[in-house]
Amino acid sequence: MSDVGASRLANLRTRLSVPRWAWGVVLALLVVAWRWSEVTDLVASGPGRTIALQALLTGLLIGGVYGLVAMGLSLIFGVLEIINFAHGAFLTLAMYLTWVLSDNAGIDPYLTLLITPILMFLVGAAVQRVVINPAMGQPLENQLLLTFALAILIENGLLLAFSGNPRSVRLDYANTSIGPVDFPLRIGGAIIELPRIVAFVGGLVVAGALFAFLNRSRIGTAIRATGLNRTGASLVGVNVDRIQVLTFGLGTAVAAAAGVLVLPFLTLDPTTGGQFNILSFVIVVLGGLGNVGGALVGGILIGLTQEIGGLLFPGQSKLLPVFIIFIATLFLKPEGLFGGDAQ
Amino acid sequence: MRTLLHDARRQLAVLGVMAVVLATVPFWLDGSARTVAIRILISAGVGVGWNVMGGFAGQFSFGHAAYFGIGAYSSAWLLVNHQISPWIGMVVGAVLAAAFGALTGWLSFRYRLRGAYFALATFAFAEMLRLVVQGQGWLSGTQGLQVPVLAESSWWMMQFSTSSPNYYLVGLGLLVVLLTITILLFHSRRGMFIVAVREDQEGAEASGVDATAHKVLAVAVSGAMTAVMGTFFVQVFFFIDPQLAFGPAESVAILLPAVVGGTGTIWGPVVGAAILIPLGEWTAKVVRDPPAFLDVVAGRSGLDLMFFAIVLIIILLFLPKGVYGSLAQRWRR
Repeated sequence: MSDVGASRLANLRTRLSVPRWAWGVVLALLVVAWRWSEVTDLVASGPGRTIALQALLTGLLIGGVYGLVAMGLSLIFGVLEIINFAHGAFLTLAMYLTWVLSDNAGIDPYLTLLITPILMFLVGAAVQRVVINPAMGQPLENQLLLTFALAILIENGLLLAFSGNPRSVRLDYANTSIGPVDFPLRIGGAIIELPRIVAFVGGLVVAGALFAFLNRSRIGTAIRATGLNRTGASLVGVNVDRIQVLTFGLGTAVAAAAGVLVLPFLTLDPTTGGQFNILSFVIVVLGGLGNVGGALVGGILIGLTQEIGGLLFPGQSKLLPVFIIFIATLFLKPEGLFGGDAQ
Repeated sequence: MRTLLHDARRQLAVLGVMAVVLATVPFWLDGSARTVAIRILISAGVGVGWNVMGGFAGQFSFGHAAYFGIGAYSSAWLLVNHQISPWIGMVVGAVLAAAFGALTGWLSFRYRLRGAYFALATFAFAEMLRLVVQGQGWLSGTQGLQVPVLAESSWWMMQFSTSSPNYYLVGLGLLVVLLTITILLFHSRRGMFIVAVREDQEGAEASGVDATAHKVLAVAVSGAMTAVMGTFFVQVFFFIDPQLAFGPAESVAILLPAVVGGTGTIWGPVVGAAILIPLGEWTAKVVRDPPAFLDVVAGRSGLDLMFFAIVLIIILLFLPKGVYGSLAQRWRR
């Protein structure tokens, strides 16, 4: 450090500075080169192209839902600055609620979109008030473990109540035709089921509603203000405690809406939400911690990564390419693709 | 400096007395109770390892299963495929885990990952290892590795009959070694620099301490310690698979004793393990075979973990510095 000569030399040397995104491009090219035979298989032959198209469409559609789940998580992180490991468990709870409503009370699963998110909003708000709020000033590991313990509590409560047997909701109108369009939809050999389309479109609608609420309403403005600067917000008269309760409830309700939307094409057991949880963390970091809009785009990117990565690395877990993207993002662009407010 | 050395001697003396007392345990405790005691030793050992990085160095790790799994898989693979003694496998695993920790730690610190980002990065590294190992045929993929059972017990192969007290004694010996390393390290100059970097990184750097080097050192030591316990785990339970070794549940199981006992304290992880393991055991037993007045809970899977989670929440909310940490603080006042 004290060596003046060395620092002068450093000034003289023209340092080769590579922008960080360039490393991302290099990484992508390396993967393509490494998996060249798989890539050519998918592009060159007719059946290969059909498989690729199917993966693209499936990834895009499920990605919209991933994005919605991650938006809730990102909102909670942006305002409360806690990593919520119970987010996936809340999602599972919402799915069971919907299953009970449709299986026992005979309500159409999609109609529960008007019931489940509201109930889950109340659950989330109550949990924040009773369990999370007292720990707001505590170190990161305590908050993280607290949400983790909540996840164990919810998952095992569901196991106790409903057993581990897989459940599912079947729509009797999944194979139908609306006007001239027949479902499941066929595009160039790829098959798309109606519930997946509904989930994607529904996800976008809920995301739009959340955007409008955050940007237009008074409470939404207060939430954004609290996320930007807690002290400043309380100085101008925002009740920060109440905003935190509201935000946690809102984030949970968004996850609940996503849960309702995916239930018709997933089988449900007490651990179903766990996989969404891990993906949501990846998506939230990719989109920028606390950046709600980035989470939606990140979700679609991760949905595509998962499906296409599954084709490029056959025999490996679909999550592997997702984690490669995750680590690359953490190191090359920790603020996320679209910038976040953390760090 | 003299008083600090004195303090180290006192802690080592406490450790010595504790070790002698605990060494008698297998001679008056047997059967399933002794298995619980061995599990306490493993939990305490990995907690002590985690504590070096997560407590003393202040770098919260949510992916210590990576080191545990490296230790477990190194020795298990060497033993299953080349009949190499687990003691050698233990050293190999510790070195590999230290190297992995140093590499990932250095990368993370170089790119200034802090707080939530750092925790998520450690989590991601452990998950990557799990997914990679799952896809490797030479490591038996998702099936996992099974330690061959020998005809007779052997110290060199770290394998004893179930009725022998030796598993317990080996575990206790390893725990004492890990605690001794921790005590000596954090009464030495290097260890104090590590704590100084945690307390005030800019201040420590201004005094000429290389912050990154000391943080990397803490990660490497912590990883090696956790890996040692991974090897011991395989020898006790004869089996390892990717979920058991690298799964998120293992990462949590490793950090729990330290957080519940008290992070950044020498004895915290031991106290935490001595509370958590019997508690989990006891709740599982009550659900399996309840007393008459609790008949309704019989065979209700899920109830034991719910109870466990509630106790955890209560401890986190009311004793945020951990059981031992909070008590020690009250004492000093």
